[in-house]
Amino acid sequence: MNQKQIIKNLPYKHPFLFVDELTEISENGVSGNYTFKENAFFYEGHFKGNPITPGVILTEVMAQIGVVCLGIYLLKEEISSEKKPQIALTSNRIDFFLPVLPNEKVTVISEKEYFRFNKLKCKVTMMNSKKELVCRGTISGMILI
Amino acid sequence: MTKKEIISKLTTIVKPYIQNEEGFKNISENTDFINDLEINSANLVDIVLDVEDEFNIEIDNDSMEKMLSVKAVVGIIQEKQSA
Repeated sequence: MNQKQIIKNLPYKHPFLFVDELTEISENGVSGNYTFKENAFFYEGHFKGNPITPGVILTEVMAQIGVVCLGIYLLKEEISSEKKPQIALTSNRIDFFLPVLPNEKVTVISEKEYFRFNKLKCKVTMMNSKKELVCRGTISGMILI
Repeated sequence: MTKKEIISKLTTIVKPYIQNEEGFKNISENTDFINDLEINSANLVDIVLDVEDEFNIEIDNDSMEKMLSVKAVVGIIQEKQSA
């Protein structure tokens, strides 16, 4: 399964799809990026007159690229048009270091800790376009076909 | 290893994942992880991985599906250790 097919298999669409491109993927991890559109729905309210990307959205970007895309890749043999992956976030612990503003491009790098009994746990890092650390932590989810 | 020793080690393993304190206080062979301790399925995976490390055994998918109570886990540990 190539990178475009993985993105096509994601169970999200606008306005909640946060993966533009996957640049590297293997059994052990994934890298990808997303650019925040200036007109994204959350900037209207977060914050009043001062648009900054919410931490929950940064977490979502990390989960979609770092855990869900990787999970789809790991289960690629079992996925078909009739058999779609079922996913659920089960835990996350993230530390945040820098804010992300509208139009910023972020890169997510995820490293698999384990994938067993349908649970995928990853160490995930997000960097901005200056390669500065934005946030980092661990995210786990259950993924099954 | 005796059943009592296994349950004691298992109690330490499950402690970080329990949501029901009352159920944990009364932990016994008959305790069910999901109903009595309110552990979710994702944390059940963590418990199984910790059990593998602590008891130096490997749990396969079939055993994993049975590991829903203290009694079942003790049985699987004893079976694997004597194998």
